[in-house]
Amino acid sequence: MTDAITRPDPAAATPASAPPDGAASGGATAEEVMAVTASRLLADHKVIFAGVGMPLLAAALARRRQAPNLTIVLEGGIIGTRLLPGHLPVSTNEMRAAYGAQMLTDITDIFLFAQRGYFDYGFLGAAQVDRYGNINTSVIGDPARPKVRLPGSGGANDIISLCNEIFIVTQHERRRFVPRVDFVTSPGYLTGDGSRERAGLLFGKIGAVVTDLAVMDFEPGSRRMRLRALQPGVTAERVRDQTGFELLVPGEIGHVPPPSQEELRVYRALRDGEPPTAPAG
Amino acid sequence: VKAAPTFREARAELEGRQRPAADKRMTAEQAAALVGDGDHVAVGGTCYSRTPMALLFALLKLRRRGLTLSRPLACYEIELFLATGAAERIVTSWVGIGLRWGLAPVFRHYVETGAAAYEEWSHLAMGLRYRAGAMGVPFLPALSMLGSDLAPAVGLRSVVCPYTGERLAAVPALNPDVAIIHAHRADPLGNVQVDGYRHMDVDMARAARTVIVSAERIVSPEETAARPWATMLPHFAVDAVVEIPHGAYPHECYGLYEADLDHFDEYAGSVRDGGPDGARRYVAANVDAHAGFAAFVDAVGDERLAELAAGARRLMPR
Repeated sequence: MTDAITRPDPAAATPASAPPDGAASGGATAEEVMAVTASRLLADHKVIFAGVGMPLLAAALARRRQAPNLTIVLEGGIIGTRLLPGHLPVSTNEMRAAYGAQMLTDITDIFLFAQRGYFDYGFLGAAQVDRYGNINTSVIGDPARPKVRLPGSGGANDIISLCNEIFIVTQHERRRFVPRVDFVTSPGYLTGDGSRERAGLLFGKIGAVVTDLAVMDFEPGSRRMRLRALQPGVTAERVRDQTGFELLVPGEIGHVPPPSQEELRVYRALRDGEPPTAPAG
Repeated sequence: VKAAPTFREARAELEGRQRPAADKRMTAEQAAALVGDGDHVAVGGTCYSRTPMALLFALLKLRRRGLTLSRPLACYEIELFLATGAAERIVTSWVGIGLRWGLAPVFRHYVETGAAAYEEWSHLAMGLRYRAGAMGVPFLPALSMLGSDLAPAVGLRSVVCPYTGERLAAVPALNPDVAIIHAHRADPLGNVQVDGYRHMDVDMARAARTVIVSAERIVSPEETAARPWATMLPHFAVDAVVEIPHGAYPHECYGLYEADLDHFDEYAGSVRDGGPDGARRYVAANVDAHAGFAAFVDAVGDERLAELAAGARRLMPR
């Protein structure tokens, strides 16, 4: 994981000069930094289960960069989708998500492919995530009397239970990175130390947590979240400050190369539409 | 809330019922009247794709009470049933208007105050609940929901595999009282065809006691037989057929029209400012004010409908 994260992009047009703390790197927004970092984790000839929004764009970016044979799957029953740039889906279950697809099936079928082990990667967001990678997208506050009732699991519980490797991609905020989630919608390593396996979750691992501040993974054995690399211009101190639990910080910390001009150009073209003068991608 | 039928009861009920291969065409109003107070109604499509909006509007007009609604993913139609007092229980994996509009405020109001219950399953578990119901078995084993707080919240139990000794989630069958589905084509007997993804429609229909289908077009049995591979449900699994062009509007129907996201903006604005009152105003203006669904669609106008159709064509394979 760390290699893909810290390896400089050979096509980077600008050197990795660190912008001042707090500034987005190279004019990139927090969303763009997360998407570009996440996209670099995806290898060619793999299959990724993605949701709509930034994770889908990150997967599409990987297809236009290092992973042209990456297959993108969406829970709406859609396998091998491409995207019509600038005309992106708002839901995983709509025609825009199905554009250029190789197969359309039903929803249950998609998850059964995952349960069989066909899906190499899964991307997930998180309203709350804790030190073991457990995710809450159900309730904030007491589950019996919720302060905020969130939409719910959707496919997230299934994705984290069934895909081979999960990448959690979310903004790094103290209110999000909590010691213990209010409700385990999607089980990461539960309470660490083999508890995931003991619960019957025999397969899958949480490979990395990608944020606008850093990339983290989980220490073997304890399965506690561990800092691996910093986004450009970000200090370990700032990451600690935005994390609501004690993050493991190893002696050596990597640095994520900033998004290259080319990565940003391709990402923005996917999101906003191809500029009329750009060559066809 | 009345008890769900066991798999034996669902089987006995099906065996004991006449299912003639006869003309099953009726009006949306007649079809909606097949839903009774307290019924569990499974709603076809998912989120804002191929939702049977015309049939749901007809059902909203009846102001049934005590309904349970289930879906793979629920969109704002759920809020209309909560705000009019028709539904008191939602069984699904996700509820929202859509990513663009943030959290669904009416849903939040009813669930956070305890006025309605939200039984949250994982997306696969919803699919397996309908599938077990469709298969005529009481449960299906799965590797989802284990170790999560979802499992105890809905009373999910586990089972030990008699061959390997592994512990698996035992996802219970769901046999809805009624399944309501929108399709591209159906013939008068109730052979149903769709294009594109099938969501969980096949399983929820085959699990349900009563199956109501609206179709963009009623076609002849000969037209069904000309493309039998597109048939999603056979006539003996369907009880009512209603012809309703644009019957999923303002949601999408694959290949025919995109979702009208501008209409969603209006709804989202209305409930953001007005909460449940905003949803009730929406029902008054879009459901109660019209004699039928055709009048609601007419009010949208040909120009907008043509735009949505063009959007769909642009996304189709060529």
